[in-house]
Amino acid sequence: MEKNIILAGVGGQGILSIAFVIDHAAMDAGYHFKQAEVHGMAQRGGAVQSNLRYADREIFSDLIPAGKADLVLSVEPLEALRYRQYLRPGGWVVTSTTPFVNIPDYPESDTLLGKLAALEHVIMVDTAHLARAAGNRRAQNMVAVGAASPMLDFEETRLLAFVERLFARKGEKLVAVNQRAFRLGRAAGLFFRHSVAAGLAKLDSLRLLRKLDPDSIDPAQAEAWAAAIEDDAALLDRVLGSEGTVACDDVPLVA
Amino acid sequence: MNKEILLGDEAVGLGAIHAGLSGVYGYPGTPSTEIFEFIEQRTRKGGNVHAFWSTNEKVAYEEALGMSWAGKRSLVCMKHVGLNVAADAFMNSAITGTNGGLVLAVADDPGMHSSQNEQDSRYFAEFALIPCLEPGDQQECYDMIFDAFELSEALRVPVMVRLVTRIAHSRTAVDTREPREQNELKPDKQIRKWTLIPVNARVQYAGLTEKQPELVQRAEESPANALDLRGGTGVIACGLAGNYLFENLEPDHDYSVLTIRQYPIPPEKVRALLDRVDDLLILEDGYPLVENRVRGLFGLEGVHIRGRMTGEVPRTGELNPDIVRKALRLEPLPTACDAAGDLSNRPPALCKGCPHTDSFRALNDALEGFDDPQVFSDIGCYALAALPPLEAVHSCVAMGASIGMAAGAAHAGYSPAVAAIGDSTFSHGGITPLMSAVQQGVNLNVLVVDNSTVGMTGTQRSMSTGTTLDKIILGTGVSEDHFRVIEPIPRNHEQNVAVLQEELAFDGPSVVVARRPCIEAQKKRAH
Ligand code: SF4
Repeated sequence: MEKNIILAGVGGQGILSIAFVIDHAAMDAGYHFKQAEVHGMAQRGGAVQSNLRYADREIFSDLIPAGKADLVLSVEPLEALRYRQYLRPGGWVVTSTTPFVNIPDYPESDTLLGKLAALEHVIMVDTAHLARAAGNRRAQNMVAVGAASPMLDFEETRLLAFVERLFARKGEKLVAVNQRAFRLGRAAGLFFRHSVAAGLAKLDSLRLLRKLDPDSIDPAQAEAWAAAIEDDAALLDRVLGSEGTVACDDVPLVA
Repeated sequence: MNKEILLGDEAVGLGAIHAGLSGVYGYPGTPSTEIFEFIEQRTRKGGNVHAFWSTNEKVAYEEALGMSWAGKRSLVCMKHVGLNVAADAFMNSAITGTNGGLVLAVADDPGMHSSQNEQDSRYFAEFALIPCLEPGDQQECYDMIFDAFELSEALRVPVMVRLVTRIAHSRTAVDTREPREQNELKPDKQIRKWTLIPVNARVQYAGLTEKQPELVQRAEESPANALDLRGGTGVIACGLAGNYLFENLEPDHDYSVLTIRQYPIPPEKVRALLDRVDDLLILEDGYPLVENRVRGLFGLEGVHIRGRMTGEVPRTGELNPDIVRKALRLEPLPTACDAAGDLSNRPPALCKGCPHTDSFRALNDALEGFDDPQVFSDIGCYALAALPPLEAVHSCVAMGASIGMAAGAAHAGYSPAVAAIGDSTFSHGGITPLMSAVQQGVNLNVLVVDNSTVGMTGTQRSMSTGTTLDKIILGTGVSEDHFRVIEPIPRNHEQNVAVLQEELAFDGPSVVVARRPCIEAQKKRAH
């Protein structure tokens, strides 16, 4: 077993906190791991990445060779595209769709989301939306790692334990917020993946997820939603046009 | 035995503490900063380790040498270009020799992630005739610090531990050892050893050269230099390069491999390798030091040597597993996607609300009316003012160089000669050139952007900020009339432009201090 992950984002978005959670889970599970990070000038709002590798055997290179990345996990949609040439065939991109705009030539949102949706294996989550729902917009990094967590080789409870350790110093409230962000991200990521596998268009799944009550998101309902939308072409627009949020288990009701 | 998750830098720091360290010295600089910071944090609550940032690397080195003189173990850490600043003390400490173990941890930055060049510190070790250890991973960072102190105390010379960015800033689990006691205070009062007047220095230097065979012998015997003879194609992999090599090889590969992690280069091991192979690839994350030494001026009969000098490995930039793969003539691995060629770049920028933005906006406006005015600048966050949208500074060369270069340009008749420098860079290397310029009555304008901290490297303590800075500036002889302090906030813009314009109009040395704390530092202080 070997897993190679490129964590991507913009300086200050907290990708090293994601690395903390996965590093500790890897050590806890008895794996070897190496995690190269970026310090210094780039941290001032520039593109940053961290190469995180774990395996059940010795790891040599701190950097992931091109063609060996299993996963690009990005807290920012433009940054998700920056490292795609490292992905092995069949590798996944898990990305936030919340843009961090600090450059003049930042691409149009539709173009960018279109590019991401065109990737074969991608999971897109609106991290700002879910982090806000969890109680703190800064918890987007934990939403992102939650969304990627089913692809990691650790129990959800182990990962959550290290989210707790990471924020323990900052008080119970932040621990709860970040764990909640993680769970919301996990549910949304699974819902996205299952609904897309069942035939729902990626950008439609993303739109639907924004409309669902975050706490109600249940990956088990993803197929039903995909089927209902396939049956009734106008359903998605009706749902999106309805007042307030929609509970995830309301599929038949809305239909 | 414990396991800790550590950066390479932190592993060096913890290794030093456990090896009986009494003092750590340094000046912040990426990628070396975390060595010092780790020791400072770890020993804050006890442990009796002196840990206080120094004004610059030369001062740090001299303090470390004094600690060694007194018989205790000291560590001095800096980035590669910092060693240029410390070079006077460094070179001569090899001549005096040491007493307590003295280890220099220097972090090179191949690829220039955060630096002006990618000079290779192994040349400095060779130049000074001292041993250099080059860890290949974070565990070795920890372990080699013990070896380095022992080597230093056995041979009575300083020992260099050379890191590169990818080792320094990569994290893994490191096994730790039982801590060793610190050395007793035991000053070395051999006056002739420490007093390098020519009559003594000649003796000391001869003594240093006499130690060289032993340095070589130790490198030959060191398990850090491992020779594995297999087939007729050979590889020499130095330090971290070994990781990229083994990443690309199967365990039953057919290459004959020499890994070098302790210098001087072990000639017998190299010879044994050369006797086996007719094709030799040399991999170094840095300059082609070993490659050039092995090839010599004219190359070797019967062995084809490949590396940075022959183009199989790019001449510049850091190594990575893909470059090494290509140099091994292996097929690239299949990938899911091609590179995203048309992606917008996201360069670093000054933080939102950074005081430097207001300072340089004011300077830009004050310089309006001059024909394409050039501003000499320096090392720090404000070097980012070179980029759009500010494009306010036009040089960044060496710590303190802004003032010296502006003075030289003024000597040549260039006007306005403007230098922009931060408070910490000023204390590091700006005081002496300002003193020169003031004493010469040069017509130059210095803008000191006093953000009260060393911003770029993570808001370490600045030596000369606030009133200390003011007193130093006035102490160089700047007239009180042409020493001005402004507060760079948007509301003060017009007024700040006016102050700068008045000083630009003055024919003589003037200093304007733009004083407002770095917002990152303020955030940290609030915690
Ligand atoms: S770290 Fe401080 S000095 Fe540097 S850009 Fe940010 S606010 Fe400015």
